Amino acid sequence: MYDYLWLIPFFPLVGSIINGLFGKKIKNEAVIGGLATAMIGLSFVVSAGCFFSLLNDPVKVHEQILGSWMSVGHLQVEWGFLLDPLSALMIMVVTGVGTLIHLYSIGYMHGEEGFYRFFSYLNLFCFCMLMLVLGNNALVMFIGWEGVGLCSYLLIGYYFHKKSAGDAAKKAFVVNRVGDFGFLVGLGILFWTLGSHGVWTVKFTEIAANAHLLGAGSLVVTIVTLCFFLGATGKSAQIPLYTWLPDAMEGPTPVSALIHAATMVTAGVYMIGRMNILFAMSPTTMLIVAMVGAATAIFAASIGFAQNDIKRVLAYSTVSQLGFMFLAMGVGAFTAGIFHLMTHAFFKACLFLGSGSVIHGMHHGLHHAHSHDDPQDMRNMGGLSKKMKITYWTFLISTIAIAGIPPLAGFFSKDEILWWAFASTRGHWLLWLTATGAAMMTAFYMFRLVSMTFWGECRANPKAKDHIPESPWTITLPLIILAGLAAVGGFVGVPALLGGSNHLATFLDPVFGHAQETFNLSAHGSHAAEYGLMFFSVVVASIGIGIALYMYNKNPELPGKFVAKFPGLHRAVFNKWYVDEIYDALFVNPTKKLGTFLWKGFDVKLVDGVVNGVASTIEACARGMRYTQSGLIASYAMTMVIGVFVIIAYYVFK
Amino acid sequence: MEILFFLFVAFVAVGSGVFVVTCKNPVNSAIALVNTFFCLATCYVMLDAPFMAAIQLIVYAGAIMVLIIFVIMLLNIGTVDVVKSSHAVAGGALMSVLVAVQVLYMLNRGEVANIEGPMTESAILEFGHTELLARSLFTEFLLPFELTAILLLVAIVGAIVLAKRDV
Amino acid sequence: MISVNYFLVLSAILFSLGVFGVLTRKNSIVVFMCIELMLNAVNLTFIALSRHLGNMDGQVFVLFVMAVAAAEAAVGLALMITFFRNRESLDIDDANTLKW
Repeated sequence: MYDYLWLIPFFPLVGSIINGLFGKKIKNEAVIGGLATAMIGLSFVVSAGCFFSLLNDPVKVHEQILGSWMSVGHLQVEWGFLLDPLSALMIMVVTGVGTLIHLYSIGYMHGEEGFYRFFSYLNLFCFCMLMLVLGNNALVMFIGWEGVGLCSYLLIGYYFHKKSAGDAAKKAFVVNRVGDFGFLVGLGILFWTLGSHGVWTVKFTEIAANAHLLGAGSLVVTIVTLCFFLGATGKSAQIPLYTWLPDAMEGPTPVSALIHAATMVTAGVYMIGRMNILFAMSPTTMLIVAMVGAATAIFAASIGFAQNDIKRVLAYSTVSQLGFMFLAMGVGAFTAGIFHLMTHAFFKACLFLGSGSVIHGMHHGLHHAHSHDDPQDMRNMGGLSKKMKITYWTFLISTIAIAGIPPLAGFFSKDEILWWAFASTRGHWLLWLTATGAAMMTAFYMFRLVSMTFWGECRANPKAKDHIPESPWTITLPLIILAGLAAVGGFVGVPALLGGSNHLATFLDPVFGHAQETFNLSAHGSHAAEYGLMFFSVVVASIGIGIALYMYNKNPELPGKFVAKFPGLHRAVFNKWYVDEIYDALFVNPTKKLGTFLWKGFDVKLVDGVVNGVASTIEACARGMRYTQSGLIASYAMTMVIGVFVIIAYYVFK
Repeated sequence: MEILFFLFVAFVAVGSGVFVVTCKNPVNSAIALVNTFFCLATCYVMLDAPFMAAIQLIVYAGAIMVLIIFVIMLLNIGTVDVVKSSHAVAGGALMSVLVAVQVLYMLNRGEVANIEGPMTESAILEFGHTELLARSLFTEFLLPFELTAILLLVAIVGAIVLAKRDV
Repeated sequence: MISVNYFLVLSAILFSLGVFGVLTRKNSIVVFMCIELMLNAVNLTFIALSRHLGNMDGQVFVLFVMAVAAAEAAVGLALMITFFRNRESLDIDDANTLKW
């Protein structure tokens, strides 16, 4: 089965090429969408085959080398794939969620201009993401890393005729580039440092095997991991590079679900998981990762309070949840981080797709009423639970899951993270407190969202009200499947305390176990403490839910009063704490000024001056030389006499 | 006595040379040039080369100069010739003086070897200059001599082709 | 017997005069005559040194120079006639197309 590993990224690539080259000719949406979905579906089938073979295989690490990519000096890079529990889990998530979202897109993107383009990009994205997770060395991973950034850019800018979409795409690309810079620098330092110890390699297995050469806790390993972490913050939207993700919601909703919630943004988490041994070696970096994760979790959650755009709330929620994952990585809970990555992929994809279904319906209704209201604005929604039953129920399940109410998936993964943050050898109660606060806020803003969207009276345009339909089966089927996964997905990682055996931890042990044992990364505490924390987190989540219900369901006028009482606070939260403005002032405008200076001062005056100067010097020389080529015989004779004189003078006076 | 005669001849030669260069009318220049050729022929005689003097007069003064004067008459140029702009004259003067100074310096500094070849005064008196020249010309330099003949033939053909109105 | 140096100095002076003429005169026939003057100055050098060194080669060379001069005169004057026919002039500054 492992021999077919290469097929996993190959299928989406084929689909992308076919749709990209011939999609315009094919025209038929069913064929285009069907092809793209079939390709990623085939990929999913192969992934499942590999996954289940691996499950029953005592050998947990398999590599497939397709061929040599480059061989430069000491550097040997191969096109190779690595299948271990971590990447097996990732390909399952990517292809599984990817297939559902492809299917969903057929319904959602119906009638859009550039339908084939969308599916081509989407398949290309899947290819890149699979390269990222399957690559057996850092350079193949980097191809995927860059490729998903590119696809993200293309898909955010899918509605490129809209200026805001184009700007958002550029922003995402540029911010990601800052992170990629970190990744490359880190890789370079790692390569040379290992090389100076005689190990020239970029292969993950060899890096892991030789990581001890760097020395645990040494400066170089801290620098390397910090560089990698910078890359991760860019791709996974952590402080300080998170600002692109909310803007990325300009893309079509399935894109937000697939790329900006379920898969691509988790690349940073995956990368840390892949390099876990390096990170484990540097407690400083781990602490920074954990702090950044916790800070992002609570900071993004706070912004989510005051957003009215349904997708933006979910975007900040994503940033916040990614913060949880980084917190998990930072406290050494690699398994918990990956676990949360997986469950998050399920419920966040479901939430995004559900919001897409809502937008689809709203759009339909508003279109019918010839209204130009924003179909994404929650202030125009309300009471949709009666009109869109399937969407509502799936959305509700996912919301409960993300809020952390047992026994849905989010509870298990989030609780494991909280437990580790509290009790891990690298944890701290402050981290735990921050994360718990963020969990409460999550519960609050998610139920605020549900309240405003599905409950209460419909605030939409009266004409539109009665024409909000349920979405077609291609949209609802993925929702149902994802909601089911969000409900039961957590059972793969039920902790021992609750009578489970945490299959996931056992499964991922070959990847993380070594680092966790070597560096004593474990969470110890009494059962009572664990029970207590678990109970506490459920209570906290319930409180968040309760406040949301109270404010938005029972007393709909309360939020308005609250805003009136704290206008400054509301304005700050509503404007996302002015982070974009601060970044503009700190980085963007100085960069623009520098650019203008380089353009007007450096380029025009100096560079062009040099170029033009060379040209005019040559021109002047040529103007002078022209007199030697006058065509006048007398001047030639003169030249000849001078030449004779000089030559004779040379012989006479030498 | 002989040196005085040489100085006189040299003076006339240089004087006519100056005329050649400066006369406005090309006919006058041509006449002055003929005069210079005569002076040079005199010098050849003084150098025991009577045959060369004869050739000088026949070929140069006789043939070439007549040809030139024919062309002048034929084209009826008159005195249209004007000297070029003053800085061209200055440049020419400078260069010619420099060349003269250079050559004179070279003569002054260099030493002429005193090798006496076979053509001594006595040999010339014994065989005659013409015979000595012929001996050299028809033995050692036979091939260049023949080539010269071809060259002249080519020149004749070329001149006719160029000067004819329509070939 | 006069020293060879006298002849050489005379030759140098005549040669320089020729150079001066070539560089300054406009009439191409006069320029041509100046070239003849230079050739003759060289001839004088050849003969003077030939006599001085007792070697006949120099005089043979003069003979060739004369032959070449004759050929040159024939071709050169033919060229001048052609040129005059085209330009109605013998001014060498009118012969200015030697630059393409």
